[in-house]
Amino acid sequence: MLPHYFNHLFVTGIDIYIADVLIILTSLGIVSVLTYFKKWKWLWREWLTTVDHKKIGIMYILAAFAMFFRGGMDGLMMRTQLAVPNNHFLSAQHYDEVFTTHGTIMILFMAMPMLIGLINVAMPLQIGARDVAFPYLNAISFWTFFFGAMLFNLSFVIGGSPDAGWTSYVPLAGPHFNPGPGENYYLFGLNLAGLGTLASGINFLVTVIRMRAPGMTLMRMPMFVWSTLITSILIIFAFPVLTVALSLLTFDRLFGSHIFSMTHGGMPMMWVNLFWIWGHPEVYIVILPAFGILSEIIGTFSGKKLFGYPAMVGSQITIAFLSFVVWVHHFFTMGAGAAVNSFFGVSTMLIAIPTGVKVFNWLFTMYKGKIRFNTPMLWALAFIPTFVVGGMTGVMLAIAPADYQYHNSYFLIAHFHYMLIGGTVFGVFAGLYYWWPKMFGMKLNERLGRWHFWTFMISFNLTFLPMYLVGLMGMTRRMYTYPPGLGWSHLNMLETIGAFGQGISMTFMLINIVWSFKYAERDVTGDAWDGRALEWSTTSPAPEYNFAHVPVVYSRDAFWDMKYSKNKEKYQVKEKPYRPIHMPNNSGRPFLMGFAFFISFFGFVFEWYLVGGIGLAAVFYLMFQRSFEYNTDHYISVEEIEHTEAVTGRS
Amino acid sequence: MAYPIDAHHAPVDPSVPLEYSTEDGSLKILGFWIFLAADIVLFSCLFATYIVLHNNTYGGPTAQQLFDVPGFVAETLLLLTSSFTCGLAIFEMHRNRLQPMIGWWIVTILLGMGFVAMEISEFAKYVGEGANITRSAFLSAFFILVGTHGTHVTIGIFWMIALLIQFIRYGITAVTARKAFVASLYWHFLDAVWIFIFTVVYLSGKVS
Repeated sequence: MLPHYFNHLFVTGIDIYIADVLIILTSLGIVSVLTYFKKWKWLWREWLTTVDHKKIGIMYILAAFAMFFRGGMDGLMMRTQLAVPNNHFLSAQHYDEVFTTHGTIMILFMAMPMLIGLINVAMPLQIGARDVAFPYLNAISFWTFFFGAMLFNLSFVIGGSPDAGWTSYVPLAGPHFNPGPGENYYLFGLNLAGLGTLASGINFLVTVIRMRAPGMTLMRMPMFVWSTLITSILIIFAFPVLTVALSLLTFDRLFGSHIFSMTHGGMPMMWVNLFWIWGHPEVYIVILPAFGILSEIIGTFSGKKLFGYPAMVGSQITIAFLSFVVWVHHFFTMGAGAAVNSFFGVSTMLIAIPTGVKVFNWLFTMYKGKIRFNTPMLWALAFIPTFVVGGMTGVMLAIAPADYQYHNSYFLIAHFHYMLIGGTVFGVFAGLYYWWPKMFGMKLNERLGRWHFWTFMISFNLTFLPMYLVGLMGMTRRMYTYPPGLGWSHLNMLETIGAFGQGISMTFMLINIVWSFKYAERDVTGDAWDGRALEWSTTSPAPEYNFAHVPVVYSRDAFWDMKYSKNKEKYQVKEKPYRPIHMPNNSGRPFLMGFAFFISFFGFVFEWYLVGGIGLAAVFYLMFQRSFEYNTDHYISVEEIEHTEAVTGRS
Repeated sequence: MAYPIDAHHAPVDPSVPLEYSTEDGSLKILGFWIFLAADIVLFSCLFATYIVLHNNTYGGPTAQQLFDVPGFVAETLLLLTSSFTCGLAIFEMHRNRLQPMIGWWIVTILLGMGFVAMEISEFAKYVGEGANITRSAFLSAFFILVGTHGTHVTIGIFWMIALLIQFIRYGITAVTARKAFVASLYWHFLDAVWIFIFTVVYLSGKVS
């Protein structure tokens, strides 16, 4: 017998039909363009099967941009709904679905992949490595993330979207109050992407520990590499908790177990605890790499070495440790009692200390520096005050008795958007403008970059600053409409105007990307910004093997030292002949594995266990096939290296 | 300079065990240790869930009524012995003796299969008595915790069979030695997890 929702497999509604048509047209468009230009082989050979960290990084960033667009559209729909009182642009159900997908996509399928993408692009180059420790696993990470994201996004045309919030609290998300596939999409999509993230964490940790260039001690690493190291540790200890939480809820929903039930002795608060034991480290997983990017950029554009390097390292380690002992601050109102709430309130406030140390170190790095106001630096500069505002309101939220007043109000919404946009997204933009020449061989246009920056900066504050106020006036999170006369109306309208401003602002970035690909001057130096770390010592974009000779490091800011130190003769090792370079082979298997997971988990979403089982069997078959593959690497010959180096003028 | 220029697949270093002798091998072993750390977190969460829910029997069978001492003791002995024989296989591998290594490897797989068979029959018995996963929160947590371990063991058996074929095909090389070593780490890890299950679930369930 078919499940009861089989009849409603395809979501109905005029907006969804339009979406269906657009999806089909876009897919047809992509297919025909690829066919017309005979690019299928190129796509498969150069991208879908690649194990090169730089290309994987670019694919992460591309996919994350697509998700940014999707999540942004959700945001605009929410803001349209809330623009005026008593609005019925969206129904309550539709609104619930939209805020759920907005939050989930922005955190898990936008922020994290964007940062993992930048880590992939820059980190191996910064430590003078030729790839990450496990390039094949890196490809698996990407494809599980990608197909996890696809699975999650599929929900809005097939089966219906999840609607219990990105936190998916039980019993609302449980089988009784939320039948149907929507919530299953959430569970399986996140679990699939989570596998890839865990693998990335392990991969980056081993890479940083073991693959650094000769002479690069831990305390000589660029700060972005430090932030990668700490983030990896957070991923490794946090993501299994998410896996468990999602799997337990899956058991409750699919197999009738009672872990989080209201009856049969289950415990709904167990979900909330498990979710936030992952969830709080998660917010540091998306902010620490942004801190790292900032440290790189502020040092470079101030023409100075980073102030207080050991304190920067120590503060990151402290933040990472504290992030595991603050999770209850997300639900002070659980009523755990004064002692528990006090502990978690104080541990939360403690985080402000190492974060403050970082802020002051950035300021002191700029002090007496020769600051260049290029676009990456603008984003970095905007990051600091925005992040401080978000951080201070975070400390306010950490005061448990006061939190009872504004818990889950728009005050909270404003706080975390100041952290996640003012922190993570500004950091991501800074990183994209900064490493764009390293990825694609040309800078983005400065003028359009400034337009992007100023319009976004103003619109962002216009959107989220009023939210602090309406939150204190009593507007709660996730309400889909409100009556007039509460004093919220004008502020809400302002927020909506700001939201659309951010949308328009992003078109400046898109125009900038297109313009720069066509017209921007190619960077032939490899050192677009007069940089300090090793990624700038190779060509832009870097060759497949990154460095013809693995660089030798004698100090912090190794490339700066190479360029400007008094005794730079010690770096003159280029005379020796090239040696063949060992590189991993490309493989189509990671892509196929991701696809098999996708089929399998799609089956499980609809409780079609046959489909689910066949997909899983395919996954295991591919793993066994890999186990029997012994011819996994190749050598790049000396002639080929000489040729590549000569073409870029480096021989 | 202590650092090899081409670090990734540097030539075999004779001063360390075979599985560590290539850069690639030692990277993968380190990576697997870190994976095991993540797996410990996974099991910790399941243990925490079990400990929170283990008294919530909702009128259904309690741990004391359910568990059968000879059964879980036999499972424990099978798994602990398999860990020992797995260690012997690696020992023989280090002495470069392929035949005994393969022999102990097969014994390990058979003992593992015996463990899984006993666990399946234990679960079937409980379900036959009406003590299934939907009966109470205690039983949900029990089946998920112990079942996750059992699934790990089952995957381990398939993995070890795949490696067995490779030992027969390729003998003891730096690559197969690394694979055997990583699988043995996994196997010993599951043994350690079982000791906690034995203590926290079965022994505590019997005495409380």
